[in-house]
Formats: sequence, structure tokens, C-alpha cells
Amino acid sequence: MGNLHAGGYSANAALRWQESLPWLVAIAAFFLLPEFLNLGARILIFILFALSLDLIVGYAGIVTLGHAAFFGLGAYTAGILSARAGINDPLIQLVASGVTAGLLGVVTGAIILRTRGLALMMLTLAIGSICLEVANKASSLTGGADGLAGITIAPVLGQFRFDLYGKTSYLYCLAILFVCWWFVRRLVYSPFGASLAGIRENNLRMHAIGAPVYLRMLAVYAISAALAGFAGALLTQTSQFVGLNVVSFELSGEMLVMLILGGVGRIYGAFAGPAVYMIAQDQLAKQFPEYWYLGIGSLLVIVVLFAKGGVLGLVDRMVSRIGKGRRS
Amino acid sequence: MDDFLVSLVSIAFHGAAYGMVLYVISVGLSVTMGLMGFANLAHGVFAMAGGYVMISAMSSLGLPYPVALLVAFIAIAVVSLVLEMLLYSRLYGAGELDQVLFTIGLIFISVALARLAYGTLQQPVMLPDYLRGQFSMLGRDFPAFRVFLIAVSAVIVAGLWFGVERTSWGAMLRAAVDNRGMAQSVGINTRRLFMVTFAAGSGLAGLGGALGAEIIAIQPIYPFANLAYFLIVVSVGGMGTLRGPFVAALLIGITDTACKYWLPEFGAFLIYATTVGILLWRPAGLFGRTN
Amino acid sequence: MTIALETRNLRKQFGALTVADGIDFRLERGARHALIGPNGAGKTTFINLLTGGLRSNSGGIFLNGEEVTRLSQRARIRRGLGRTFQINTLFRSLTALDNVALAVAERRGVAWNLIGRANRHADVVSESRDLLTSLGLAQDADTRVSDLAYGKQRLVEIAIALGMKPSVLLLDEPAAGVPTMESRRILEVLDSLPQDLAILIIEHDMDLVFRFARQITVLSRGALLAEGTPDEISADHRVREVYLGERDV
Repeated sequence: MGNLHAGGYSANAALRWQESLPWLVAIAAFFLLPEFLNLGARILIFILFALSLDLIVGYAGIVTLGHAAFFGLGAYTAGILSARAGINDPLIQLVASGVTAGLLGVVTGAIILRTRGLALMMLTLAIGSICLEVANKASSLTGGADGLAGITIAPVLGQFRFDLYGKTSYLYCLAILFVCWWFVRRLVYSPFGASLAGIRENNLRMHAIGAPVYLRMLAVYAISAALAGFAGALLTQTSQFVGLNVVSFELSGEMLVMLILGGVGRIYGAFAGPAVYMIAQDQLAKQFPEYWYLGIGSLLVIVVLFAKGGVLGLVDRMVSRIGKGRRS
Repeated sequence: MDDFLVSLVSIAFHGAAYGMVLYVISVGLSVTMGLMGFANLAHGVFAMAGGYVMISAMSSLGLPYPVALLVAFIAIAVVSLVLEMLLYSRLYGAGELDQVLFTIGLIFISVALARLAYGTLQQPVMLPDYLRGQFSMLGRDFPAFRVFLIAVSAVIVAGLWFGVERTSWGAMLRAAVDNRGMAQSVGINTRRLFMVTFAAGSGLAGLGGALGAEIIAIQPIYPFANLAYFLIVVSVGGMGTLRGPFVAALLIGITDTACKYWLPEFGAFLIYATTVGILLWRPAGLFGRTN
Repeated sequence: MTIALETRNLRKQFGALTVADGIDFRLERGARHALIGPNGAGKTTFINLLTGGLRSNSGGIFLNGEEVTRLSQRARIRRGLGRTFQINTLFRSLTALDNVALAVAERRGVAWNLIGRANRHADVVSESRDLLTSLGLAQDADTRVSDLAYGKQRLVEIAIALGMKPSVLLLDEPAAGVPTMESRRILEVLDSLPQDLAILIIEHDMDLVFRFARQITVLSRGALLAEGTPDEISADHRVREVYLGERDV
């Protein structure tokens, strides 16, 4: 892929100054755009979701059409703990969501990773559809098509109450995203991350050097599922509602779209994609929903055909062109 | 007991009609996936577009129903041919992810265009009078339209099988699915073969969408809402075969109808679970070749 | 001499077609052994039986005295069986260093480290660099292998296998597709490999085979046809017949 964050044994894993930019922007937004904090929290949640997806799509090379299953399970776990069991502590819910989604990742991963290519893609789609079906029919637990309401969330660490303006939500999501980002970044630059790149590049050779390919894939699939579960829990906690759409195929597809628009397999594509997509959606989609999908669809086709690497790929190319201009 | 038998016959009948429609829509996808290795998630777009073309041809142009069906087939075949030449052909060698995203992009575009042109509501189908009533056979009444669906689909299936098994085009197609490199080296123009096959498969999807407009509602979310079913038909049946998707489509049509009738609380759960089971057992599908 | 790899009456059939017909074969420690035979003689099948990619119908395979007939591909690799591929099987968009380091890391058992930084695993990195240097690829360590000349890619192919420190190395046509100039370089590299490493090479380039091998086995229609030193083999009329016969077709 030849990008900045490909990892590996010859890559320099030290933090670069550019990597502080997303966090500076996020903190600046907190102070400068107080009326948009609820949207901001949603963006942070979807960045975390996209990050989890990037891990398996971009780094491990597993194309999935059902990643919303893990996000949805995380969202429902948090919601059900509160609405049905009265467990309202956000961090307990968060951990529980990550664990259940991670377990689902282990179980479904153990199934789907035995196959490859189209069969694998189909299995992710079928398993995602099963999860949606279960969420829809188990309405005594999930609220079914009406959604799960009656969720209350206790203050974070017993201190910070979730307020109407989204201040707590925003900072809470930012903190969780930061921790998860740190973990993902370490993972990408680790020997484990390097072996994922090896599996993506040449599965056959990884087998021939004695790597336990299946277990590695299963591990990263479960980790990715747990991260998506965290993101789902955050959505429940900040919106205090869970709808069926959190497990839908449309959401899985939309996340892939956001990730690809940002740039796949490069960590920060998962930041750029959802941020640009959701801000644009907030500004445009409500007035012109038809034109929004028309625009996104056309953009996708153009990106796939002409602009590999998404937004960040374009930035890379612009930077390298400017660099060349200076040197000559 | 007699009630049970009646419902059994009715389920088999409705399920078969549904399955036939699913097959006519999906068979093109099976061939393009097997031949070109292209994961065309946007295949349902052609089916939806076929439905809209038929409805418009009848309501705006006043064409009779059979002619409108034919127009749907031709229009979708032509449009898909253009798309194939301009866009699809660039991605034949590309990775799965690119193909998936490109075709999701096409779905988004088509959903938006359908909404702009027709609104979000489901389009009513004006069936001609002779297809509305009941049709009695062996002392039982059957809805005439379902009988018509099964009959027309059977004719299409027979024509298709004849075309693939008996014509020189079919021989080339089978050779290319079998071994593309070999087919090229014996002088088959695979580029042209792809174009014709893609257009024919998409045209059939358009025809299937138009035929089945009463069963699978024509509305903008069609390509998303039915994607899983089309893909299941192909992957369970086995890509690149004609027979596999046929069996799979009938199985799904009948199972789905039976589930809706007897076990509504399970929804489509059974279908998906069976799909998972079959793909684990045979990743290349029931009739697909494992290599 | 100790035996590094041995097969006893190894047999494999695909339906009615016998592709390995009771092969008795021995590869000694430190061997420079070539396996030749006309196309379709079953050379690649034999390699796949050895690595565990295919399962034999009967007979036994022994690696350093231990029976591995029923063991998985991975278990055989961990017991010291390394191989290269006839068609480049590389991590194309990774650097040459990463290509080798992946194998070294697997052998050293560090590849499950989720949090530590790969480039700080000095043992893995320096071993990989040393290995590349020993093959004359020092300058190419940080280049993506897809950007390397084809001949150098063939060397990386060998380097990955060496990264596993095998005791037996199976080379599947290491010079396939390489121009004569560069195949000399590959021969030099093969000559410089550790003396105690047992090497079995499949190769169509007879020039390379006769320069490299001290022992040659000829396979025809899944069965051993002849075995001996290069001089013995070039004098053997049965071998000539097999090769000439093929040329007539």
C-alpha cells in the first residue's frame, strides 16, 4: 500500500506531528462549536466504528458486509443492561458491550474465516441478517421495530452527568476513542500487525512460513468486533435509544463507504472519512436526501475508478506534488 | 387435515412462483460472477429498473402488458451494455473491495434516481384483466397471475438452458467459465462474450423484476432490501452454473413462503441460518465446483 | 552421513492416475541434490507430498529421523522443512526486509506480540538484514519487493525460506524465468548456503543442475528412474531416452 501507517519491521513507529492534528481539531471543536457537540459525539463514535473496520478490511484484508452486527450487539448490550437490568454505569456497560461483541466475533469469525472470497462475504452478510432478524423478533428484550427506549445512563465515574448539550458525551467519546486509537496504532506497528499485512499480501506464503494464519485472523476479527461493540455502546449511551438500524446491512455498507472515502488501511482514513461524511450529511442530507445519495454514490464510483486511497490518498498526492515543486 | 393439504399446495404454488422470479432475476448474476469473477452487488438495480420501465411503459405509453415486459428486457439489456463498456469492464481485474464499493455506489445512485423519478412509495402494477382472476385446474382454483408467472419463467428457463447447452454461444460461454485462459487461446473473443453475457443477464434481471413486481414490490430501496436474497441464490446454488441457482431459488422461494405462513415469528431467520450451514458445508455452493 | 529427509514407498493416486509410484528417496544432511524429469513426471507432486500440501495414500515420510507422514504442513515447517515456490510467492507490497522478517519472527515466536513495536525487535531486524546482506541484497532491504528486478525477487524468495532456518530446503525451480546472466548470481547464492543444510532442487535449467548438484535423481511417470552423480546420470541411456522421447512429441 505504501502509505504512512503500513507498519512492519522497517517502519518507523514514532509518532509524527501530523498525528496530533485530529486531537487538536477535536479539542478546538469542543470550545469553538458548543452547539454541535451532539453531532461531534456521533462523529467520534463512527470514527471508532470505522477504525475497527479498518483493522480487518484495511490491515487484514477481510471484506465484510456485516460489521454492523458487532456495533449493534454492543449498542443493544448497553441498552438492555440499562432498560432491562437497571445497570446504568456507563463504563460497566462499555466493558460488557466490548466483551459480548468480542465473543460474537470469536464465534462468527471461527465460522466465516474458514472460507474466503465471495463465500466469506456472503457469510458476513447472512450472519449480519440473522442478527438483524433476532433483534427484530426478540422484541421483549430489544423493543423490536419500535426500538429500545427507557435507557438511563449514570454519570461517568459517578461524577460527570450526561447533559443536553452533549459536553459530557463529547469528552467521554473522545476519551474512549483516544484509548482505542492508541491500542490500534500499537497493534498496527506490532509484530502481530506485520503478520496481518503478510496474510493480506500473501496468504499462501504465510502458511508456508509456519504462521497460524487462521488464529491470527480470528484474533484480529475478535479485536475488531470488540472495538465495534464499544462504539455501539457509546451510541446507546449518548442517544439513550437503540433502533434496529444499528444492526442493518445499510449501516455496514455505509461504514465501508465512509472508510473508503477516507482511505483504507491507514488509520487516519477512519478519522477523515466519517468526519467529512457526517458533517456533509448533516448540512446537506436533510434538505436534499435524494441528491445526497446521488452525490455519495457518484463519489464512490469516482473514488474506486480514479482516486484510490480516498481523501487521505489525495492529500498524499498533493503533498508529494508540492514537495516536488519545491525541490525543482 | 384437508386444511393442511390446501395450505401445503398453496405454499408450494406461491413459493414456486416466487422462486422462479428469483431465479430469472439472479441467474445473470450467477453467470457474471462465475465468468468474470465480479461481485456485482448492484445486480438488483437492474431488476428494480426493469420493474419501473414496465410500469412506465404501461402507464405513460399505454403499452399492453406483454409488450411492456419485452420493453423492460430490452431497455435494461441496452443500459447494462453501456454500463459494462464504460464502467464495469474497468474493474474486472480489481480487488473484491473495489468491486463491492463500486457497486454499492451504483446502488446509492439508482436508489436516489428512483426516488427522484417515482417517489418513495411502492408502485402499483396494472395487470391486464385476463391475469387477474382465478384459473381452475384439477378441480382447484389457482390465481391466474401465479400460473402465468410460473409458465413464463419456465419458458425463459427452457430457452436459457437451450441457449447455453446447444448453441455455439453457449459452448463458448461454458468454455470461458471453465477456463478463461484456455478459451482465449483457442480464439474465443472473451471481451465480446462478456459484454453480450452481461447484457443478457442484466436484461433477464430486468425482465424478472418486471414479472415479479407484484411479489417483490418495486420501490427505491429494492436493490438494498433484496440484495441478500439474490446473493444467497447465487452463492448457495453455486456460481457459474445454471442448475445450481435454479434449485436454490426454488428452495428459497418455497421455504420463505412456508416460513411466512407457518412460522412468522422466525421471519427470514431460517433462510439465513440454512445459508450459513450450506456455505460452511460447501463453500462453493451446492452445485459449484470446489477447487 | 545422517539422513535429513527420507521417503519410503511413497504412493499417491488421483483416481486411476498414479502420480507417485512407491518412491524411495533419501536426502542426506548437507546434500546438494537435484530432482529432474520431463514435464508431468510428478516432481511438483513429490514436493507437495513432502511439505504436506498433499497427503500420500501410503508410504512414509521421515524428517531428521522422525516420521512426519501424518503431520500438518505447519508441523513439518516447525521441524525444519523449508521451501521456495516456482512462481514468486512474496509479500509484494512489503519491503524485502519485512518479507524476510515475517519468517524470522514466526521462527522466533514473536509474531503474537500485539503491542510491542516491530522495528524495536532488534534481534529479528538484524538477523533479517544480515540474511539479506549474505545474499547480496543489503542495498535492497528497504525497497518494496514489487519494485525489485525479477532476479532479485527470486533471491528474496529464497531469503524468506532461509529466514526459517530450515534443516531441509526444497527449491522449486529457483531460476525459473531468470535470464542467464542473473541465473549465475542465483547459483552463486546457492553455493554460499550453509554446508550442513540439505538442499533438494527441482530445475529445468540443466546447466544449473549439473553445476550445482552432487547427486541427481530422475523421476519419470511418478517413479524413480535413475539416481547417481551428474556424470552417471548424463551417461545413463534411460535418462536420455526419457528426455529425447519427450522432445519427439
